Parts: sequence; C-alpha cells; structure tokens
Amino acid sequence: MKYLDEYRDDRIALGLAAEIRERVTRHWVLMEICGGQTHTIMRYGLDELLPADVELVHGPGCPVCVTPVETIDRALQLAAHPDVTLVSYGDMLRVPGSGSGTDLLSAKARGADVRVIYSPLEALKIARANPERKIVFLAIGFETTAPANAMAVWQAHREGLVNFFMLASHVLVPPAMELLLQAADNRVQGFIAPGHVCAVVGCRDYEELVQKFRVPIVVGGFEPVDLLEAILMLVKQLERGEFKLENQYVRAVTRSGNLPAQEMVQRVFEVADQKWRGLGEIPGSGLRIRPEFAAHDAEKVFGITEFHVQESSECISAQVLKGLKKPTDCPAFVGRCSPENPLGAPMVSAEGACAAYYRYRRHKVLV
Amino acid sequence: MSSETKTIASFSCPVPVTPNERVVLGHGSGGKLSADLLHRFFLPAFGNPTLSRLDDQAIFAVNRSRLAFTTDSFVVKPLFFPGGNIGSLAVHGTVNDLAMGGAKPLYLSVAFILGEGLPFETLSQVVTSLRDAAEEAGVEVITGDTKVVEKGGCDGMFINTSGIGIVAEGLHLSANQARPGDRILLSGSIGEHGIAILAQREGLEFESPIESDSAALHSLVAAMLATRGEIRCMRDPTRGGLSSALNEIAASSRVGMTLEERAIPLREEVRGACELLGLDPLYVANEGKLVAIVAPDSAEGLLDAMRRHPLGRKAQIIGTVTSDDPGLVVMRTPLGTTRIVDMLAGGQLPRIC
Repeated sequence: MKYLDEYRDDRIALGLAAEIRERVTRHWVLMEICGGQTHTIMRYGLDELLPADVELVHGPGCPVCVTPVETIDRALQLAAHPDVTLVSYGDMLRVPGSGSGTDLLSAKARGADVRVIYSPLEALKIARANPERKIVFLAIGFETTAPANAMAVWQAHREGLVNFFMLASHVLVPPAMELLLQAADNRVQGFIAPGHVCAVVGCRDYEELVQKFRVPIVVGGFEPVDLLEAILMLVKQLERGEFKLENQYVRAVTRSGNLPAQEMVQRVFEVADQKWRGLGEIPGSGLRIRPEFAAHDAEKVFGITEFHVQESSECISAQVLKGLKKPTDCPAFVGRCSPENPLGAPMVSAEGACAAYYRYRRHKVLV
Repeated sequence: MSSETKTIASFSCPVPVTPNERVVLGHGSGGKLSADLLHRFFLPAFGNPTLSRLDDQAIFAVNRSRLAFTTDSFVVKPLFFPGGNIGSLAVHGTVNDLAMGGAKPLYLSVAFILGEGLPFETLSQVVTSLRDAAEEAGVEVITGDTKVVEKGGCDGMFINTSGIGIVAEGLHLSANQARPGDRILLSGSIGEHGIAILAQREGLEFESPIESDSAALHSLVAAMLATRGEIRCMRDPTRGGLSSALNEIAASSRVGMTLEERAIPLREEVRGACELLGLDPLYVANEGKLVAIVAPDSAEGLLDAMRRHPLGRKAQIIGTVTSDDPGLVVMRTPLGTTRIVDMLAGGQLPRIC
C-alpha cells in the first residue's frame, strides 16, 4: 500500500533505531501525545529498539480516555429518556459511567435506544429518518474530530433538523501540554506532537510552546518509521542543546493547517474550560457549542443534573497521563484493572496507555 | 465482582446468578465475553467430559463407531454477501466444525426461524444455495424445522444447522493436545469473510471486491489426514478470528505460542480495508480457513499436502508452540520485537455469521 508500506519498512526503521543509539549520550525523557502514536509504539515494540537512555512516556491524547466520567453519566441519563436515541462511536459505548455495569452498551441491553455510528453524518441521517425521535449525538474528541462534529451541528441548523442534539465533550491539546510543562514535577524534555491534530490546526500553537518552555517539539506521524524519525529528530535537538519546532509529518501537516476546517469549528464552537478525566479541569482546553446553536445543544435543551464523581483512589492515571509513571508501576495493573474492568481512563480505550501495555506487553511484566 | 455473585443451592451444579447484568452484543463476538458466558452459565449447568473439551464438535462412541456431532446458528446480516449467503454459510460452518475434529461429515439438520413478511423469493434463493452447498460437500439434510416469528422478531431469517459425521479409529484431535515444539499451520489468507460482510453492510467499495472465503474444508482435512502426518488439533478461525482460535488452543493445552507476523498471509484489499476501518485482521472472521497444530516432523509434509489442495494453496507455517508463558500468544513483528496477540475483549464486528 502506497504511503503506508514505506513508513513500515523494517530496514528503514532498524536504520533509524541504530542512528538513535549512536546519537544518544545522556538520558532523555520524551512524550508522544497521541494515543494512536502510543498504540504504534506498543504494537510494533518500538521501545524495544531504543537505547535504555531514551525513555518514552505516554501522553493524554486518547479522547475516549480523557472524556470525564460525568459526561458518560449525562449520556446515560439522556439515553434513559424513552424518546431519545443516543448515538456515538463504538469505543465510547463501552466506557463505564460512575456506577457499576453502567456503560451505554449495557443501557442498550436494558432497552435504551443506543446506536453505534461511524461518522457524524450518520447521526444526521438517523435524525432525518426518525423525526419523531430525539437524536442525541455524544460527540467527543480532539481538534481532529471537532470539524466534522461542528459540521453536523451546522448542517442540522441549516436544515432545521430540530430533533438533532449534541452532547459535546471536546478537548484541545496545547493547554494540556502547557499544564504538563508548568508542573513542578515535569520530567518530559521533548514532545512528539500529534500529527493529525496539527493537520487540522497547523503548528503555530506548538511554536509558542517551544519558545515559552524552551522545549523541542516534533510533529510526528503514526507509522513506525514516522515515530522513530521523530524520536531521532528530538534526540538530535536535545543532544545539541537546541529547542525548535520541527515537522516530521510533512506529508500531512502544513504550518497553517486546514483553514476551512478551522473556520467551521470557530463558527459552531467556542473555547471553554474543560475537565479531563484523570487530569482535572484545564482552563481553555475545551470547546462548547456557541449560544447561536443552543437549540442543538443537549446540555441546554435537556434538563441535566450536575454530577460530581470521585475517581478510584487506587488508580494512578493522573501520573500516567502526565508521564510521571508507567502503567506497569500501578499496583492494580492487570490484577484489579483490565480493559474489561477498568479503574481509570487509560485502561478504557484501546488507545489508552494502560490498555496498550495490557494488550501488547503483559508478558514482560507478568514474569 | 465475585463477591456479588450469588449461587442457587441445588442438588446439581449451581448456575451462578449475577444480578444487574445482561447480555450485550459482545457476548456473541467469539472473544472473551463469549468465553465468560460459557464459563459462567453453560459449563456449570451442562459440564461433562465431552463438552468440557470445548472443541468445535463433540466426539463420542456409539456401538463402536466414533461419531462427531455439532450445532451452529447463523444470524448473519445481510443475508446475501459477496461470496455466499446465509444458506451456503450454514452448510459450510457446520461441515467445518465436524471436519476440525477429523470427521467425515455425513448428515445435517436445518432449522429455519423466519421473520413475518420475508419474501418467498428470498427464502427460495437461500434454500437453493443451502441445497447446492450440501450437495457439493457431500452431506444430506435429513431433518429440519420451521418457525415463524412476528415482524421485528428477527431480521428476515435465522438458520440453525446441526451435523453428524464419523471419525476414524485412533484419530484424536483436540485443543488440549498442543505441545511445545509443535508447528502452527494456516491454510490461507485471513479476514476475508468479516471484511466482505462489513463492506457490504457499510456500502464500502473496493477496486476488486472482497469476497467471503466461505467454503467447506473437509476435503482439505482429508488430504491432510492422508499424509499420516501427526496433527494435534485443528480449528477454523471464525468469529473472533485467528487470535481467538489460537488463544483457545494455548489456554486449553497450557502452552505458549510465538507467531511470525510476516508469515501470516493477508490479501492486500483486506489489509487496506482493515487499515481504513481500524480493525486488526487477526480478529476478523474467516469461514473457509483452518489452523492446525502439528508435530514438528510432520509440518513440511502437511504443508505440501495443503498447498496441493485448492483451499490450501497459500498455506504457511506461521509459528511455533512454546513452553514460555502458558496461555499467551505472542507475535514477532518484522522489526524483531514482540507483542501479545490477545483474545478479543469486546465485540469487533457484530453478527458476521
């Protein structure tokens, strides 16, 4: 497959790994932001190819993982309305709410009308076909999914699709990185920025982070060669004492990003404070639906109770999401916490760091 | 969880009752949740030495003949898909479950559950296809049943087939027979059935359409048995895909397995579709492939025999049974690193067979 095979070529990958080993003279802690990148690292065992002095820690970039449990509880509450059809992406339906056995799939098994969709346009299609039902789209994600979700609201608004509502929980990457960098206990010395997020929003925010925190950032792709190349670029900068923004993912990312997509997001959403599961509230790190589109905002239209949920005290997900600890440092890992019975965010979705370790690396820790 | 589990006291084996829990679609995925149902409800209720082997078929002796018996239900949606339909699938699935025990399939029962309003034309097409598939496989449908449920009670049609076959004296294939050093043979490329169904359902179009691999495998099995090579066990990796079939064998035999990612055949179109849909082909269903665990000395001979058969032309040795990490299947990537190949945790694709 063109544009794919050359980025999985084992000879190129092994060559890059060898070059990284040659270049490294000190211990460096690098963080990949995106869960898709964590997944590739684990699936291909890239960390096994790196010298011990290149330590990879895994960032908070798994949208399902960082969606606050309160949002799931709200979705469950809405799904319980007899005239509501709740639609969302498959992964989201498996995430447990605050009660036991209270994920949306279980709600479906108890009779709620819950459906899996693959794109926001499918949600609109369902709304058009079922005018007598209220279609609530549980829309989550980073800057990558926000444009299509915004488009759905815009389209519903234009068509006068009065039975389409969005329960929105969108998060933005740069404020979360800023939170990590500001922390007194931060260990991360270089970042692999999320390539697909940058394909949408461009690189400017990341240039600001580079200057403000004097930290090297490389925008990276998602295949093994992409990630090894990004790591090599970071290592070269760090060894030379440099800090700049570099773009490894040139086949997808430009400096200014996708302008029509950005316009659509700005038209429908505005920046707001947002709670992240595991990290807490981060100022200006979310998107909420603008008042002009309140008729499609599920939070405004339906009376929703405020939830405040205590997360498991045993779960170390905050430290994992900040790169302070590895999933395998957690006493609950594998034993009491698994993808079937997750205690915290990163074990929830396949893209979460704990789930990736569980899925691909258990054999290294069970010995 | 276990503290909440209550048991009903009775003279027979208790069926644990788990309050506030219900069946979800993932329980039908062939992965971990399916195994949970089995261990929570069915084995405690019915457990006996034959059932507890958890093979695709039961093998038992009647008047000194060794018989294989199996049953399978088909709820695939859509009813018609590239490469087959629910009728041909119902024959192939049951014939293959018998064949994996080394049985020569003989007779089938067929039960139809029909939805009110199903067009006769649809029924006729399915019945014709079922008959043709049975003829081709050399099995006869000798008993059956029909039920009709109200509109909405099933999507058009469900089919259950049971099958009986005969097993040669001295042949004992079972998932608990794998031993360290054994080789793992796969009869061809994976993922075609699941992707054909999903592409049809989601309206995905490819340059060359992906057809289901649905096929009866008993003649391939006969060709393998004719080599007199030592086969420990066979599985057709249907729901849950190759990963689930191998994990089941690894668990049952208490052995580890190491697979070579490079050796696993995968068609380019299937790989592309999996990339697009975010699926791992190791978890996608097959309906015309088998995986065999064989003694190391027999591997090459069996591989040759498979490759001479039309359904095994792309057969490969894909890995080795080990004594490391019993119950764990590990894959060596082309980079020389390793990762776990786990059993499917939830449902990847609903209702593919």
